[in-house]
Amino acid sequence: MTRQHVLDLYFMEARSKLIDLAAFLDRVERAEGEADFRLNALQQAIRELDTGNADRAKRVLLALSDPTTEPIPAAPGKGAIGAWQGSK
Amino acid sequence: MRYIEPHGHMVSRVTDDYVDMATAGCAAVCEPAFWAGFDRSSADGFHDYFCQLTEHEPKRAAKFGIPHFCWLCINPKESEDVQLAKDVIALIPDFLDKPNVLGIGEIGLNKNSRNELKILELHVDLAARHNQLILVHTPHLEDKLKGTRLILDVLKSDRRIRPERVIIDHVEEHTIGPVLDAGFWAGMTLYPESKCTPARAIDMLETYGTERIWMNSACDWGVSIPLAVPRTALEMKKRQWTADAIDRVVYQNPLKFLSQTPKFRV
Repeated sequence: MTRQHVLDLYFMEARSKLIDLAAFLDRVERAEGEADFRLNALQQAIRELDTGNADRAKRVLLALSDPTTEPIPAAPGKGAIGAWQGSK
Repeated sequence: MRYIEPHGHMVSRVTDDYVDMATAGCAAVCEPAFWAGFDRSSADGFHDYFCQLTEHEPKRAAKFGIPHFCWLCINPKESEDVQLAKDVIALIPDFLDKPNVLGIGEIGLNKNSRNELKILELHVDLAARHNQLILVHTPHLEDKLKGTRLILDVLKSDRRIRPERVIIDHVEEHTIGPVLDAGFWAGMTLYPESKCTPARAIDMLETYGTERIWMNSACDWGVSIPLAVPRTALEMKKRQWTADAIDRVVYQNPLKFLSQTPKFRV
């Protein structure tokens, strides 16, 4: 595909998602109370977009991942929340 | 168009989904054993579930002209209870000769705990002893990277396991490389929010090639789209993939992997 074709197919969708992300950050900022580690994790991951390499999706996923290698003693529950909280 | 749905939890879906899938060209559906959304209280509950997967659901699918196959295991979400998991694993050999059972799956990890790892090893041993294909679930979101690494370690450390007979599912951009590099098959799950979108799945196909990769909807009781595979095929067409190249990914690739067991026929 040419870059023109990629833009024709996906620009409007990417534009929409970008505005949604901006609106989400605004919404968090307007809200009261403390944020948690997820906001920091998202802001760190957003920085990965501003690099010139063509593996941004991979690096965003890595930025949100648990980087440790040892199994945990017991599962604390069943769900995942989308960002790694860090070692407790 | 023809396609194979290699991963769909059809017991959670309504008959209209079967109608839509048949209309879209679904040639076969394969159903891994899964978590019900709540913990089953005994091994007897799993016995009934395995009967549902091997007896009832194939009949329901047949009404719509779709051959139904399944995989058996206790899902990693229920592996924290080691004794329950061992009791369930002990049930599985009695079902392995059923005509629609393809192998052991979807085994794997969820939160990457020691008990989950222990039960994964027992499942891998079961598959090796009975010469079964393996379908592996990788964890969600922040747990996927670590879980995929642990799963690869388990599989690579067992000399009885042949990578070409194992599919590691739910890969994303940060896990697909190590899976393919180790010789395993990779599954991409097409979800609206988590896992990957059709656009990202096609990106990965264009980056890593189409060898040893399949796509699935993993439709279940949660937010998921039973027609995700044919919809992705439509997006491939928009991206100038030829009909032959699309067919290779959505039909011939799953056919190639699954035909490693003579039970799989379409």
